[in-house]
Amino acid sequence: MPAYEHTPEPFKRPPELDGGRSNAPVAIVGAGPVGLALAVDLAQRGVACTVLDDNNVVSVGSRAICWAKRTLEIFDRLGVGQRMLDKGVTWKVGRLFHGDDPVYDFDLLPEEGHAYPAFINLQQYYVEEYLLDRAKEFPDLIDLRFLSKVTDHTPTETGVALTVETPEGRYTLDADWMVACDGAGSPTRKRMDLAFEGQTFTEQFLIADIEMEGEFFDGPPERWFWFDPTFHPGKSALLHQQPDNIYRIDLQLDRDTDAESVADEETVLPRIRAIVGDRPFRLDWMSIYTFRCITLDRYVHGPVIFAGDSAHVVSPFGARGGNGGIQDIDNLGWKLAAVIAGEAPRALIDTYDTERRRAARENIVNSARATNFMTPKTPIEALFRAETLRMAHDQPFARRIINSGRLSTPCALTGEALQTPGTAPLEPGRALLDAPLGDDWLVRVMPDGFVLLGIGTVVLPDVAGIARMGIDQNADYPCYPDRDGYALDRYGRDRAYLIRPDGHVAAVFDTPTAQAVERARDRALGRMLEDA
Amino acid sequence: MSKPTHDSRLDPAATDDVYAAIMAAHDGLTDAQSHALNARLVLLMANALGDADEVATLCRTARVYAG
Ligand SMILES: Cc1cc2nc3c(=O)[nH]c(=O)nc-3n(C[C@H](O)[C@H](O)[C@H](O)COP(=O)(O)OP(=O)(O)OC[C@H]3O[C@@H](n4cnc5c(N)ncnc54)[C@H](O)[C@@H]3O)c2cc1C
Repeated sequence: MPAYEHTPEPFKRPPELDGGRSNAPVAIVGAGPVGLALAVDLAQRGVACTVLDDNNVVSVGSRAICWAKRTLEIFDRLGVGQRMLDKGVTWKVGRLFHGDDPVYDFDLLPEEGHAYPAFINLQQYYVEEYLLDRAKEFPDLIDLRFLSKVTDHTPTETGVALTVETPEGRYTLDADWMVACDGAGSPTRKRMDLAFEGQTFTEQFLIADIEMEGEFFDGPPERWFWFDPTFHPGKSALLHQQPDNIYRIDLQLDRDTDAESVADEETVLPRIRAIVGDRPFRLDWMSIYTFRCITLDRYVHGPVIFAGDSAHVVSPFGARGGNGGIQDIDNLGWKLAAVIAGEAPRALIDTYDTERRRAARENIVNSARATNFMTPKTPIEALFRAETLRMAHDQPFARRIINSGRLSTPCALTGEALQTPGTAPLEPGRALLDAPLGDDWLVRVMPDGFVLLGIGTVVLPDVAGIARMGIDQNADYPCYPDRDGYALDRYGRDRAYLIRPDGHVAAVFDTPTAQAVERARDRALGRMLEDA
Repeated sequence: MSKPTHDSRLDPAATDDVYAAIMAAHDGLTDAQSHALNARLVLLMANALGDADEVATLCRTARVYAG
C-alpha cells in the first residue's frame, strides 16, 4: 500500500445542473500535472477556466519522478517551484554500471550559477498536490470540478460545447476553448478519431517504488543505471531516490513476458533484494509498462487544443514526458491569454502547434534512441552495444555513446516565425538562462509578460506593455548587479534581449529603438501572421 | 597491456546522430550482410581519416579488446 495518503477532492454541484452557466472562456479536460499547470498559468494572467477531471485524487502511483531545471523554473513562475525544490531529492551524479563494475559517472550540471539544480526527484502525486493547492489560491478564476467526466464535445459558433457526466447528473458546458489535457489515453483524441501512430517498444518494464530506511548512497543521492547486471542478466536496471525514503526501481523484462506472472511479489521481491542487499524494504507501488514514442500530427484543431500526454507520449528514459508537458503549457498559457484578451490574432495559437511539435519531435528522437540503445533489436545492434560498453571502461569516447537516457533540456525555437532573427550569445528562440543577480536569481526576478532585458551600457526605450529590467545598469526600472559574472557570460555585454512571457528570447538588439522593440513584440504576438 | 586513450571528438548530440546513422545502415540486413557492411564501413572511414599512422593506432586499440 502506498505511503502517500490520497485526500479525495469533494464533488461540488456545478451551476449548470441547476440551469445556470459559467462564463470561463477556457475548459481544461484533465487535472493531471499538465491541466493543473495550465489552470494556474491562465489564472496568473487573469484568465478564468473550468477544470474537469473524471477522478478525485492526485496521481495514484508516483509515475513521473524526474523534473528538469527548465521545468522547475516554470514551476517557480507558477508559484510552486520552491516548494518542490524543498521537498524533492536533488541529484546530479549519474553512475553507470556494466555487469557489476562501475563504468563511469557523469555530473549533469557542472555549471554553477543556477537557482534550480539540473534535476530533482519528486513523486508525481506531490507535484499534482502542490499545483492543486496553488490552483485553490484562485477561487474566482479556477473552477475545479472533480468526478466530472467529459464524455462528448461538439463545435459551436463560438467555441465548444462539452458534455459532462457527474454523480448528480449530466450537463453541457460551453467554452470558447477546450484544452485536452486528458493523458496518454485521451478520450478527446479518440472521439475525434485522430491518428496517433509511432514507434511502440515491445519490451516491458517493471516499475516499482520501495520504501527503505537509512541512506542507500554513501554521499549525495545519485542515479544508478546498470547494463546487464548479474542480478538481472542481459537486461537493464535503474535506481533512483525519491523523498520519504522511497526508491524507484526500473527493471527491463523479457519481450514476451506474461505481465501477470512477473508482477507478483514473489517474482519481484528477490530481484529488488539483489539490488538493495539485505536492507529491509517495503514495496510501495508497482506497475508494468510498455512504452511508445508518438505524437499527434496537429495539436490545434479549431477551438480544441491538445497538451501533454494527450498530444505526445515518450518512453520515460530521459524524463521527457511530464517535463515536455509542462513546457507545452509554458508555451500555450500566454498565447491563449493574449488571444482571449484580443491582443493577438488566433493565428498565434497555431504557433503553439508548430513550436511544441518541434519540441515533441526532439523529445521523441532522444527518448527513442535511448530506448533503442537499452533494448537492442537485432544481433548486430546488440554487438555494437556490447563493444561500446566493453570499451567504455577505459575509452572516454565510448562513454559518450552509452545512452541510458538523454535528460530533458528545453527546446530551442530558433528560426520559428515569432522570433526576429539575430545573433547574440543567447540566440532568438532559446530559453533564458538563469544567473545570480544581487541576492536573487534571474528566473525569480523576471517580471511577467514581455520583458526588455538590458545588460551593461545599452539604453532601454520605454515601450507600452513591455516591462524593463537591467543588469549592471542604473535606471528607473528594476536593476540588478551581475554578482559573479554569470549573466555577462551567458548574455554578453552591452545588448538588449526581448524576452517572451514564456522566457524564450524573441529578439536581440545592440541599440534597441522603441520602434524596433515594438515591431519585434508585435511579431512575437503573431500580429504579422496571416490568420488561418 | 597499455592502450592509447581516445577522447570524444563529437559533441553529445552528434554522437547520438552518428550511432543512429550506423544502426540505420544495418537495418534489415542479415548477419552476414551486416558483417560485410562493417568491413566496407571500416575501409571507408580509414580512407576518410587519410592518416596511416592514426589507422594503425586505432587498429591497435581495437585489437587490445579482442583478448
Ligand atoms: C512509469 C512512468 C515513469 C515516468 N517518469 C517520468 C519522469 O521521470 N519525468 C517526466 O517528466 N515524465 C515521466 N513520465 C511521464 C508522465 O507521467 C506523464 O507525461 C504525465 O503524467 C503527463 O501528464 P498529463 O497531465 O498530460 O496526463 P495525466 O497525468 O495522464 O493526466 C490526465 C488526467 O486526465 C483525466 N481524464 C482522462 N479522461 C478524462 C475525461 N474523459 N474527463 C475528465 N478527465 C479525464 C485523468 O483522470 C487524469 O487526471 C513517466 C510515466 C510513467 C508511466
